[in-house]
Amino acid sequence: MRLLALAARRCLWMPPTLLGLTLIVFSISHIIPSDPARVLAGENAPIEQVEALRRKFGLDLPLPQQFFRYVTDVVSGNMGISLYTQRPVADDLLERLPATFELAIYAMILAVLLGLPLGVVSALRRNSLLDHAVRVVTISGLAMAAFWLAILLQLLFSMKLNLTPVQGRIDGWGPDPITGFYTLDAVLRGDWEMLGSSLRYLALPVMPLAIPAMATIVRFTRAGVLNVMSSNFVFYQNAMGLPRRVVIWKYILRSALIGTLTQIGLVFGNLLAGAVVVEAVFSWPGLGTYAYNSILQSDYNAIMGFTLFTGTVFICVNLLVDIAQAVLDPRGR
Amino acid sequence: MKSLRRMLRDRALLTGLVIVTLLVLAAVFASPLSTFPEHVTSFDPSQRLKPPGERFWLGTDRMGADIYSRLLFGARLTILVAVVATTFAVVIGVPIGLVAGYYRNWFSDLLMRVSDVFLAVPQIVLAIAIAQTLGPAIQNVILALSVTYWPFWARLVYAETRSLRNEVFIEAAIAMGASPLRVMVLHVVPSIASSIIVRTTIGMGATILAAASLGFLGLGAPPPAPEWGRMIAESREFLPDAWWYATAPGVAILLVVMGFNLLGDGLRDVLDPRIRRGGQRGG
Repeated sequence: MRLLALAARRCLWMPPTLLGLTLIVFSISHIIPSDPARVLAGENAPIEQVEALRRKFGLDLPLPQQFFRYVTDVVSGNMGISLYTQRPVADDLLERLPATFELAIYAMILAVLLGLPLGVVSALRRNSLLDHAVRVVTISGLAMAAFWLAILLQLLFSMKLNLTPVQGRIDGWGPDPITGFYTLDAVLRGDWEMLGSSLRYLALPVMPLAIPAMATIVRFTRAGVLNVMSSNFVFYQNAMGLPRRVVIWKYILRSALIGTLTQIGLVFGNLLAGAVVVEAVFSWPGLGTYAYNSILQSDYNAIMGFTLFTGTVFICVNLLVDIAQAVLDPRGR
Repeated sequence: MKSLRRMLRDRALLTGLVIVTLLVLAAVFASPLSTFPEHVTSFDPSQRLKPPGERFWLGTDRMGADIYSRLLFGARLTILVAVVATTFAVVIGVPIGLVAGYYRNWFSDLLMRVSDVFLAVPQIVLAIAIAQTLGPAIQNVILALSVTYWPFWARLVYAETRSLRNEVFIEAAIAMGASPLRVMVLHVVPSIASSIIVRTTIGMGATILAAASLGFLGLGAPPPAPEWGRMIAESREFLPDAWWYATAPGVAILLVVMGFNLLGDGLRDVLDPRIRRGGQRGG
């Protein structure tokens, strides 16, 4: 019951947070020194035409009223028209979402599969050779610019060794989407050739996203395990004579994993942010490349839409993580 | 004295300190250290895309400029952005965290909600939106980064101030008639200074990484500024042949960010005995 109350309270906080986010994005798009109506009308347009555009887009209204219009627009899924693709920004974003999610999810899976065991083992064998080796990897992983790592990998594996495709998401045209996740679609269709092709394209872009994420997970898992190992309840269980194996598997790991879970929201946010530069390097047709092209074209309806959209996704992920954590940790209830 | 000796024994901290010192030296003495100081603004097209060698230690770029020299001058830009943006973030974040943590009323709730909203978007995404709107210039990068990073300090200071609020020495100061401002500045801030220093050191690394990403996206200082992120972006056209072009600036970013991270971790171990690395309590 209290779990439900917690979930409800967290959900109630979502609308104000989203409203605040919209206010930030609105403010950013209104700090530009130039006059948007003038820009839309063109350099030499007569003043009447500029005024007409100003009225048409509500730019003559007082700011609070403009903000209200903006919020109602966004809520109804209208984020304006992209100047570059000439399509509604919301459609563009939704269309590219699966590509980015596929990339981010594989990166996350890889990061967790490698990061959790490494973090646990390096905590259990503190100051061993393995622990030091893992520390070197995590310290470098956290300090590396994702776009630089992406370029180096591309240089080595695609250009020099010819092992993986240089850029793109699949050979030829993509299949008709079922879910939009190419690997999942391939499995659903039983098309193994397509699965292989999309995995080959995924292999490189996943790495520069997964490595910093893995480093974060290793750090938190290691610290979490060490922390639990020195806590009173583990001391108590050791004193009770529970076998070390049981203490480790049943108690230490459980508590440490819950601690790591809280970081997954943060890591996912970093993945979305990292996707902008990494996708740009590999021309991966997702949100990141869209944002990158919008920056190049100064298409700022698209950029504001991207910011708002990413923020919303991020808020939802954090909400899920909070709830999952409450379910798993009896102490938090 | 004792903590100084402990500092010198901590290997991570020492490594970080050496790297950060080298960065500062490179920035300060960029002109005498560089082999072609004039290459920051003028170029030599006949020497474009030369591999590393005796004349050009790290090779040359697409304009025929010496990459080693440009890296040194880029260190100035890096330090400028990191120091100024982080300082702004601290100057905004710390007072907000102090006020919100010290008082318990609707206003402190509001301040924390505002910082939560800023934390609700990945920092670099928000920074991209701001930098894009303002246009590519170094001061806009600084502005974008300070506006997006202050909530980290506000959160930290808020949590620490909250937990100090019930300590006896704070209560004593209030009972002696100290004004809230006096309590905050003279009693709370000194107690949480070490946490702020640690967070700021690690924050410098994060800022440098974020600034490099903005530079890579073309939102940093406009050319010909020797911005490390932009140098990596420029190199992409000339791959795979000019492998050295992207390598050198990337290594520079890696080392510098690593330096600040190590320094921050080391300082935390030395300054904050409560969370010293590895559980040292019994058990």
